[in-house]
Amino acid sequence: MGVEAPRIARKVKAGQFLVLRVAEGGERIPLTFSDWSAEEGWIRFIFMRVGKTTHELSHLEVGDSIADVAGPLGQPTHVGDLGRVAVVGGGVGAAVAYSVARAMAEAGDEVTVILGARTADLLVLEEELRALPIKELVVMTDDGSVGRGGLVTAPLKELCESGAIDNAFAVGPAIMMKFCAATTAEFDVPTIVSLNPIMVDGTGMCGACRVTVGGETKFGCVDGPDFDGHAVNFEELLTRQRIYTDDERVADAEYSRGCQCQV
Amino acid sequence: MPGVAENQPAEKPRHKPSRAPRTPMPEREAAERATDFDEVAIGYSQDDAIAEAMRCLQCRNPTCIDGCPVNIDIKSFIGHIIEGNWADGVAVLKERNALPAVCGRVCPQEEQCEAACVLAKKGEPVAIGRLERYLGDFDLACDIESRCVPELAPSSGFRVAVVGSGPAGLAAAGELARLGHAVTIFESLHAPGGVLSYGIPEFRLPKSIVNAEIEMLETAGVEIVLDSVIGQIETVEELMAPSEKGGSGYDAVFLGLGAGLPVFMGIPGENLNGVYSANEFLTRVNLMRAFDFPHADTPVWRGRKVAVVGGGNVAMDAARTAKRLGAEEVFLVYRRTEDEMPARREEVHHAREEGIEFKMLCSPSEITGREGWVTGLVATRMELGEADDSGRRSPVCVLGSEFPIECDTVIMAVGTRANPMLDRAAPDIETTRRGYILTDEEGATSVPGVFAGGDIVTGAATVILAMGAGKRSARAIDAWLREGKPGA
Repeated sequence: MGVEAPRIARKVKAGQFLVLRVAEGGERIPLTFSDWSAEEGWIRFIFMRVGKTTHELSHLEVGDSIADVAGPLGQPTHVGDLGRVAVVGGGVGAAVAYSVARAMAEAGDEVTVILGARTADLLVLEEELRALPIKELVVMTDDGSVGRGGLVTAPLKELCESGAIDNAFAVGPAIMMKFCAATTAEFDVPTIVSLNPIMVDGTGMCGACRVTVGGETKFGCVDGPDFDGHAVNFEELLTRQRIYTDDERVADAEYSRGCQCQV
Repeated sequence: MPGVAENQPAEKPRHKPSRAPRTPMPEREAAERATDFDEVAIGYSQDDAIAEAMRCLQCRNPTCIDGCPVNIDIKSFIGHIIEGNWADGVAVLKERNALPAVCGRVCPQEEQCEAACVLAKKGEPVAIGRLERYLGDFDLACDIESRCVPELAPSSGFRVAVVGSGPAGLAAAGELARLGHAVTIFESLHAPGGVLSYGIPEFRLPKSIVNAEIEMLETAGVEIVLDSVIGQIETVEELMAPSEKGGSGYDAVFLGLGAGLPVFMGIPGENLNGVYSANEFLTRVNLMRAFDFPHADTPVWRGRKVAVVGGGNVAMDAARTAKRLGAEEVFLVYRRTEDEMPARREEVHHAREEGIEFKMLCSPSEITGREGWVTGLVATRMELGEADDSGRRSPVCVLGSEFPIECDTVIMAVGTRANPMLDRAAPDIETTRRGYILTDEEGATSVPGVFAGGDIVTGAATVILAMGAGKRSARAIDAWLREGKPGA
């Protein structure tokens, strides 16, 4: 989705995120930028319809507006001295992978992108990635409907084994990042992960997004979202992401009921 | 001495103070109010206000005024209440305080103006805060056209950016606008008010009051830009850079960013599901209206047995909020005794009335859990030892005294610290070891034209102290702009 936001577009760097609220009474949700243009004053992000907020977002028409967009938030991804780097993007993490791969390539890093999705329909940004000055793009789907069949960790492991990469960057579902980090750890390949904890304000004020990194509590929003993947406590992150699972079900049910009433 | 009185000029009839006891604040019953988020204190009726105002001695040398951080002419506004001149009373308040309906509710008057009242010596000071609230509410109940807007000085041509729309920022903005400057407030959240919006609960400070007071500032010409995280979208340097150089061209900046990051204790189990910072818990309920979930979209975990760690006003707010969300048991875990609690007596009293249990002289050493969720606390008993720097006796652990407390939610209300965002907003500014901004008494920072006030200078404090700092800085900014600004 593209949004006109000139003040934000002027400042975004790869790896940063925004917090938006679709309408009055809405939840604040964090989303990572996939693209932007400082000159034309727009930003773009990719989302998957999973709950009420993203459903509402998907129902907006061209020309509609979003109540609130705040950003850019978080620290930009470190680029430029990574040498040969593998960028792994899973699911909607492809959005971040795209902007980070682009920034790395522009800064002189040699980038191999591994793009993964459950199935062909959920694969995004393949065309755009092919257009980047990167060394290689490897496409993976769980069901083999496009590209190679299997998980993103397979090609990542091969790159590690052949000594073809100096660094790795992974973004996607927490479970995917966990296994990417575990894969590279075996080969001592430094790995940055772009975490997606639950947030409210996104400015360091609430601490909902706290994650344990190297035994220390960090705030995803101001200290991150990028952290050393080998030091992140993924079990804790996965558990913390499930805090509101029941509430989300209630909200979805309420929302669907509301939709039916309108028909 | 006989004869002296006859020589005095004729005056209006002298005020004869009433000797009635302090007029109680009408409040809703604890059992009723603990189930909803409506305001606890109903506010004085007109008769209550007059009866209470009549108790004022109208001292020749009023001491109460010195007790007020913003030096409101208390004697005079109470005088107007005695005479029934409400609008004149409001005008007196607004000379010094842009947000009387807010301050009348949340100021710790018992430590300030009321402590300095002559009648306080007998334990029954004039209820200055309740009278302030009465006038503040009177003003807000009027149509917007007939409300009291302080007279604005002619436009100075200067533009000032205020970062943060909490008490410090709002007070600074109100005063700067009154002094004739064009003011823009940048707020990082989607609603203005800072702690007044996200922190202090509806039952203590209705958001309609906060919004109405902010609307008044906008009427006075203050512009508020929401969703603008200074430090991320623009630095202070960029705010002040001339537009030819791509900056926003503000002539001065006031930083009222607040204290920011919530503090955790660093004990095992703090990242279990069910552990909240008070900031997060209150933000979800107040700003995001999670009490109205699923009609509002933001959820909050509603525990049955809730432990709140801390003894300040924020701890009281969190405990009373948890109760209102339906918790069966809510208890405060505090390492000193009730006497040392930094919370206002009134808040402690209200919390007790609403059934909050106080577990004093104990401190959590661990949060226990199962499958990622909180199941309880391990607490250590404490004893009071020697007095520390704050004059309060410091708690000392009793060895081997650990005991379990069963709960499914833990709310940490143990303070805040400086937000690292400040560093990104103004990397050149001098800060203290703890990350707060260093300023002189007027709020001037190490960077010319940049002033600061409120919690980001003092560390977590009160609404009125932040407002006082905002106002002082506004005057210093005014002086700097008109006299001292290089090249002006």
